[in-house]
Amino acid sequence: MITRLFRRLIWSVVTLLGTVLLTFFLLNAVPGDVARVIAGSKASPDVIKEIHAKYHLDDPVWQRFALYLNQLAHGDLGHSYVTDQPVAEALLTRLPTTIALTALAVVMWVALAVPLGALTARFRDSWFDRSTLVVATVSLSLPAFWLARMMQYWFAYKLGWFPIGFFRSFRDLLLPAASLAILFVGYYARLIHTNMVEVLDSPYIRAARAKGASETRVLFKHALRNAMIPVITILGMDVAGLLGGVLFVENVFALPGIGTLAVQSVFNLDPPVIMGTVLFSAILVVGANWAVDLLYGWIDPRIKSAS
Amino acid sequence: MLSNFGFFKTSLQPVSANRLAAAGAIILIAFGLLALAAPMLTRMHLLHAPDQQDEQGLDTDGLPHPAGGAYLFGTDHLGRDVLSRVIYGARVSLSVGIAAMLTATVIGVAVGLLAGFYGGKLDLVLMRFTEMNMTVPAILLAIAFAGLLDISGRTIHLHPAWLPWHFLEFTLKRGAVSVFLIVGFVCWPGMVRVIRAQVLALKEREFVLAARSLGASDSRIILRSILPNLLPTVIVLAVMSTANTILLEAGLGYLGIGVPPPAPTWGSMISEGQPYFITYPHLVIVPGLAIVLTVLAFNLLGQGLQEIVDPKQRR
Repeated sequence: MITRLFRRLIWSVVTLLGTVLLTFFLLNAVPGDVARVIAGSKASPDVIKEIHAKYHLDDPVWQRFALYLNQLAHGDLGHSYVTDQPVAEALLTRLPTTIALTALAVVMWVALAVPLGALTARFRDSWFDRSTLVVATVSLSLPAFWLARMMQYWFAYKLGWFPIGFFRSFRDLLLPAASLAILFVGYYARLIHTNMVEVLDSPYIRAARAKGASETRVLFKHALRNAMIPVITILGMDVAGLLGGVLFVENVFALPGIGTLAVQSVFNLDPPVIMGTVLFSAILVVGANWAVDLLYGWIDPRIKSAS
Repeated sequence: MLSNFGFFKTSLQPVSANRLAAAGAIILIAFGLLALAAPMLTRMHLLHAPDQQDEQGLDTDGLPHPAGGAYLFGTDHLGRDVLSRVIYGARVSLSVGIAAMLTATVIGVAVGLLAGFYGGKLDLVLMRFTEMNMTVPAILLAIAFAGLLDISGRTIHLHPAWLPWHFLEFTLKRGAVSVFLIVGFVCWPGMVRVIRAQVLALKEREFVLAARSLGASDSRIILRSILPNLLPTVIVLAVMSTANTILLEAGLGYLGIGVPPPAPTWGSMISEGQPYFITYPHLVIVPGLAIVLTVLAFNLLGQGLQEIVDPKQRR
């Protein structure tokens, strides 16, 4: 178990380094004159030269990559070319918003998807099951930015239940998180449904029923626990997709999170910040995969003994 | 009559048996036909031009028309017919989405096939490469690269200065081609695992052994024995990934880094309509519904096809 996790850790670091390498070189393959971005279009040649020297812009790409890796090894993500703020600081100040938004959204959709998935599996092919299938398919066909705009229009502007944007208190996150939850609830409801259908046919469910366990107990204790194992794997692997949704929702609601930072950095042509956000998401995804691996043994003891 | 023929019977019947998939197919055919016919409809004066102000497009105060009335879906802030823009937008969204899907499918299938078939070190390298691509959200990668291109075109240096290979340098403008390439290149990793798992199962089958004992080469086995058996899975994955590529294309358009104006795209229509959203909600609602319907159609078709290919998947 321990050696397996250790091996996974090593591979995770390799994956992260690879991601950094790929992004760095691709960003350098499409150059804008960074010095012009920093100093503006009317800067004198001397200033441009100075900036080139300061950021080693005239060095070959691989040398700059080595420099960047060296920085990373010292925990330094560099400075934004546009605001000169340290990238790590920019990420950290925005992290709480993104984490709160994501956590709230995950709680919302899991709270909805688990009963939906379990009940549609129990009452298979009923009108309830069929209509849930249609609604679920619609929910995974919604463009995040459009849904967020519509939610904002109806619930914030028309009904006035929520503030239209920005982030001042926890309550301001409810509407953005709900938008995010709607995007994912359908997919997970179906996933739980499919697993539950399979699990409900298995002998131990018959055994539980035979010994006289109540239907709720059978459904939510015996069956659900087993049906959740693949769901958690997918949840861990899906963090990247979730971040994609976060990016749009944050932008629509003008929340000061990592998603707005990412979009801003692209429009500012600010490679250090782009690298920072890419690295952040890579660490999050790799970390989530690792966490799922850890959780496995706890959720399903059979896996622990097997390895 | 047609249904009496074996091919149509076996290939079309399952689709029509699955009502949701059939609904998806019908929506797509309708959108596809409208998109194809759009220029013809304009020439017949049945549809306004999508990129020009209409003579009556703005009222006497210079304000756009709301939905309903003379213009079914109203007009936008420049007096252009929204209905016509949505239909012309289908041309962009469908063609870019499908081209991106083909790009992603070719890469995904190739990587999955090679990794699964050859195994060993190649498998390890390819799967690590795939994982690296999966650690960053597709949309983040796509905006990073789309945002760096501009409309006037930017030269891409793919070679170090000391290599004399100038063909590695090319200029890429922001346009339909660069958008489908970018979307295609960020969408393929999702397919690899499924393809690889299938190949791993297929290569142990008797017919592969038979082909090998007859002296067939690796490439012959891959192309003649494995690929045809992979086809149903590939089709399902391709249809489902088109839903993704269209969403990504719309997302890029929304952020203003998709196919540049004046070409009407659904994403850019939404972002252009946003400032007038509160007084003219149709400017955002209509193109959004077009995206939802199209993506929904691809998802329904994909789910239906998956049930046909793998009946065990049935709910």
